[in-house]
Amino acid sequence: MAGSRALAVRGLSVSFGDVRAVSSVDLDVAEGSVTAVLGPSGCGKSTLLRAIAGLERPSAGTISYDGRDLARTPTHRRGFALMFQDGQLFPHSDVAANVAYPLRLRRRNAADVKVRVAELLELVGLAGFGKRMPQTLSGGERQRVALARSLAVEPRLLLLDEPLSALDRGLRERLAGDLHDILRQAGTTTLLVTHDHDEAFTIADRMVVMRAGEAVQAGDLGEVWQHPADAWAARFLGYADVLDGPPALALRAVVDPDATWTQIALRRSALVVDPGGPLAATIISARVTPEQVRVELDVEGLGIRSGVADPAYSTRAGDLVRVAVRADRLAALPGAQK
Amino acid sequence: MRRNLGVATLAAIPLAVIGVFFLYPVGGMVARGFWPDGSLDVHGVLEVLGRSRVHRVLWFTVWTAGTATLLAVGAGLPVAFVLHRLRFGGSAAVRTLMVLPFVLPTVVVGVAFGQLLRPTGPLGGLGLEGTPAAIIAGLVFFNIGVVVRTVGAFWEGIDRRTEEAAATLGASPFRVFRTVTLPALVPAVVSSASVVFLFCATSFGVVLTLGGLRYSNIETEIYLLTTQELDLQAAAALSILQLVMITVLLVLSHRTRRTPAIAQAVRRARRPGFRDTGLLLWTAVVTAFLLVPLVTLALASLRDGGRWSLSNYRALQTTGTDNALLVTATSGLLRSLEIAIQAASFALVLGSVVAWLVSRRPAAGWRRRLSAGFDGVFMLPLGVSAVTLGFGFLITLDHPPVDLRTSSLLIPIAQAMVALPLVVRTVAPVLSAVDPRLREAAASLGAGPVRVLLAVDLPHAWRGLLAATGFAFAVSLGEFGATSFLARDDSPTLPVVIFQLLSHPGPANFGMAMAASVVLAAATGTVMLLVDRLRVGSVGAF
Amino acid sequence: MRTRFTGIVAVLLGSIVVLAGCGSSASSTAGSKTIVIATHDSWAMSKSVMAAFTKQTGITVKIEQHGDAGELTNKLVLTKGNPIADGVFGIDNTFATRAVDAGILADYTPWSEPASVSRFNLAQGSSQLTPIDYGDVCVNVDNTWFAKKKLSPPKTFEDLTAPAYKGLTVTPAATTSSTGLAFLAGTIGRFGNGWKAYWTKLTANGLKIDPGWTEAYEGDFTAGGGQGTYPIVVSYSSSPPYTVPKAGGAPTTSALLDTCFRQVEYAGVLKGASNPGGVEKFIDFMQGRQFQAALPENMYVYPVDTTVALPPDWARWAPVSPHPYAVSAADITANRNAWLRDWRDLTSR
Repeated sequence: MAGSRALAVRGLSVSFGDVRAVSSVDLDVAEGSVTAVLGPSGCGKSTLLRAIAGLERPSAGTISYDGRDLARTPTHRRGFALMFQDGQLFPHSDVAANVAYPLRLRRRNAADVKVRVAELLELVGLAGFGKRMPQTLSGGERQRVALARSLAVEPRLLLLDEPLSALDRGLRERLAGDLHDILRQAGTTTLLVTHDHDEAFTIADRMVVMRAGEAVQAGDLGEVWQHPADAWAARFLGYADVLDGPPALALRAVVDPDATWTQIALRRSALVVDPGGPLAATIISARVTPEQVRVELDVEGLGIRSGVADPAYSTRAGDLVRVAVRADRLAALPGAQK
Repeated sequence: MRRNLGVATLAAIPLAVIGVFFLYPVGGMVARGFWPDGSLDVHGVLEVLGRSRVHRVLWFTVWTAGTATLLAVGAGLPVAFVLHRLRFGGSAAVRTLMVLPFVLPTVVVGVAFGQLLRPTGPLGGLGLEGTPAAIIAGLVFFNIGVVVRTVGAFWEGIDRRTEEAAATLGASPFRVFRTVTLPALVPAVVSSASVVFLFCATSFGVVLTLGGLRYSNIETEIYLLTTQELDLQAAAALSILQLVMITVLLVLSHRTRRTPAIAQAVRRARRPGFRDTGLLLWTAVVTAFLLVPLVTLALASLRDGGRWSLSNYRALQTTGTDNALLVTATSGLLRSLEIAIQAASFALVLGSVVAWLVSRRPAAGWRRRLSAGFDGVFMLPLGVSAVTLGFGFLITLDHPPVDLRTSSLLIPIAQAMVALPLVVRTVAPVLSAVDPRLREAAASLGAGPVRVLLAVDLPHAWRGLLAATGFAFAVSLGEFGATSFLARDDSPTLPVVIFQLLSHPGPANFGMAMAASVVLAAATGTVMLLVDRLRVGSVGAF
Repeated sequence: MRTRFTGIVAVLLGSIVVLAGCGSSASSTAGSKTIVIATHDSWAMSKSVMAAFTKQTGITVKIEQHGDAGELTNKLVLTKGNPIADGVFGIDNTFATRAVDAGILADYTPWSEPASVSRFNLAQGSSQLTPIDYGDVCVNVDNTWFAKKKLSPPKTFEDLTAPAYKGLTVTPAATTSSTGLAFLAGTIGRFGNGWKAYWTKLTANGLKIDPGWTEAYEGDFTAGGGQGTYPIVVSYSSSPPYTVPKAGGAPTTSALLDTCFRQVEYAGVLKGASNPGGVEKFIDFMQGRQFQAALPENMYVYPVDTTVALPPDWARWAPVSPHPYAVSAADITANRNAWLRDWRDLTSR
């Protein structure tokens, strides 16, 4: 965790009529860090972001930056920049004018603006695109322009609302990587909301998991990843399976007989077909992918589970095999401790 | 090719109707001016354009209409924001109030305004009576609702996030408005401004009643030249000027027009906050400006010989003092409703066909221009003198197969012509907003054109159609200009009844006219309120 | 594809035809049992009188109102040869010559005219237009107002330009109101070529000009329907009886009989009428005692048959001018446009 806490949100609630979109959320973003708010659609994460930007009025709680309460600071004086999933470029201005918009608001002189716009377009990989109109750009290019425009003001805090969701998969992965690099290079404190854990993992270094208006879990990426708060969070973070009751106890007996957990999350690669493994299983089905073989296993004591196998082994439905458990692909869940 | 033929056939129907009931009569009147004695006399018409009085009239028309348009737009923009982007109790009622003047008969409003502005009236101190300022105030009164609705509906459809993005980039609310919102609103502002300018430039009752006859605009001049002086050459010259004016404005508004994005999810309006105080106050001022003449009217209707009484309303079941009316006022109301139903259905049938055709959006080239021209023809009734049309009906539709001069169908048809542009402008954007891929999907699943219409367009457009019907109905209820110039049979409409009551002496007739006006305003108001409940963005928008 | 479109077209055409059908013409001028009379907006007649005509003759009269006398006349002139009605009532002496000159009327003179009618006959065209009623357009004053202000009311045209009466007079416009035109004609009758100088002074003395009689009398006159502020108004010699207080007594207003212009209204048969005989019968009826007697209380005009008794209120409070100013109908027609143009230039800014 680098630097001091820049953004501090305490007990924040936002209501629309009777509906509570955000409910008593606490959130910190340290200076220079990139924090992702991860949650399914409708969990209130966008509302949280809009409240931080000053676009929604909180019904309770405080938002402060560098220790200063922002309740009475209007959106345009907060020194933040918000970028939406579809950029919201001004359709009547060209790329350079879009990027220059916040600079002109700050009455920079024309020569400086020109230089800065060129720098920013360079930074987002769009050098020479200045004269293009937004309608002539691809989705990815538009997002890059929007990013350049947001960065132009050197915001104290950059707010990204699903910045990559509108793009197709390949582009999204590439741009997520670029975004990570650009944000680090610019040293911009960033808060990002997304429903895609891959995106969060690629771009951010801290993460907050939200569900139904509440922050379920917060922490560094690895920490959250390794210790999901509960079964729901585990599944949402990409764990393939959560074991509970007798199967969980059966697994515990194999991996760590001394442990006390009663619930555990498994990634798909936690169960590996291995002749030396401690568990017996029957292969129900197998599907070959370029990297590995994905198998459905009926594991003794655990029931039907997903697993992987090395392509070197012959795996056919009906085969009796042994299965090993990789402890680093498991996450014990706090839940009901015994 | 076959499809083209089908579209052409379909287009031919509304063209034939507008040709027979609008272009032919107007053309007939203009032709009388060009061929005064059976031989073409262009010189005589051109000579009229050189008259200094014509120059004065033209200049007066342009500057009063221009000023009124600027004021209506300036005053209407903040109101459009408040009524369409903010949510508060009573906003629906205020929205209805905004359009009420637009559908009220000018005679009535003229009397109400006159009572306000006369030296001892509540606003007498301003000394506005009989001045151009009074005319302009009247024009603004009538047209501010057009701006509020057109711009408001468009504003509702604008993606708010562009503005929010600008705000987070550090733009103050005013800056956001100037650099983001205003450029996006330009099409709606231009199109409402050009329509308002047209309404102002062709306004008749307001200029006559509030201007104290010392001023003449192009419309009142045509009226005087035609009905009093029988100087058809001069009237023809001025009619041509009107046509030029409306064509220029249509081209202008067509250039800037973009279909408002009705289809996209519209975010809920927000509650007003402290920073909206100024705008809310302004809306209150505008509301008061619209309300005061209406309240004056309502109060006058409740006065009988210096006492408060409902006797004026009871009198509506009579023919007034000394048989001022040929029928009772209540039967006038029934007749109005009957005609409004006919006119609205006529305008709806015709308007939907036109709207469907212009919403096809041909890709480019001559077809696009053709479509724009087709669209424009149906807007012409907005800018052409009712006198010219009314007299034109009499001199052209006088022989079989269309001898309609004394037919009771004539008034519904004339009113339908007036309501037609409103129907087209309400329905066309709704149909344009239908994703063409939906139609393609339906067609690829085996639906024929009629099936596509029923399965895709109709479910999408029915609210728009219903709203347009309501609007046409309300306009028809209040229509006076064209109606009054046509042959009137022995069952007049309510606005005509009001006019007749006003032209007979006696305080009872005057009070009864006021009561009838209140009834008319209430009827149109109710219809508009129902229309509003349909929540179709573009009702009455151009 | 094509059949589908043809289908749509057929449905649309069908609905238009149905629409046309349900609104379809109620008026048919054919058949000798109905006549259509074109008249102005001020037409009013009690149902019983009209029913009496139908009872006598078996003919039903359909009244169609066409704006003011000017609009009415011009519509008839424009539809010459294929008239919109069978007969006309309401062309007055300021428009009569235009109608006669345009040749839109057929000859007809009732066979038994009341003796008093002759003095209302036109110099030219008396064979086409039959006088039915007359009225005097006179300046009216609100006596209550003047009594309250302790000011004596004006008496003559000249008085209206006096400083004492500045900003007190309202008139309907000569261009848009036949009442207004009659007032202008009255001043022309009084001043001859000096009328322009008179109007310049009148306008400078704060004259208010309204588009119609309604706005002037009901809107701006202190004794009218609204609470106006002008105690002097151009109206009729027959207006005062309508200001008799509810409790009875004398009217609160009076007409200045030295400022009057006489308007005579005529009826005629239109050339090309489908039922000229019916119209002739109706014209006879209009000159008959029953119709003549009903004129004052329905249309606020005096019967041309002076032997017909006036209503008591009229007999007492609404005398006609003994010496109205006159301008010949032919003069009016010849000069109307020039006068109106001059008048507009004098009164507009």
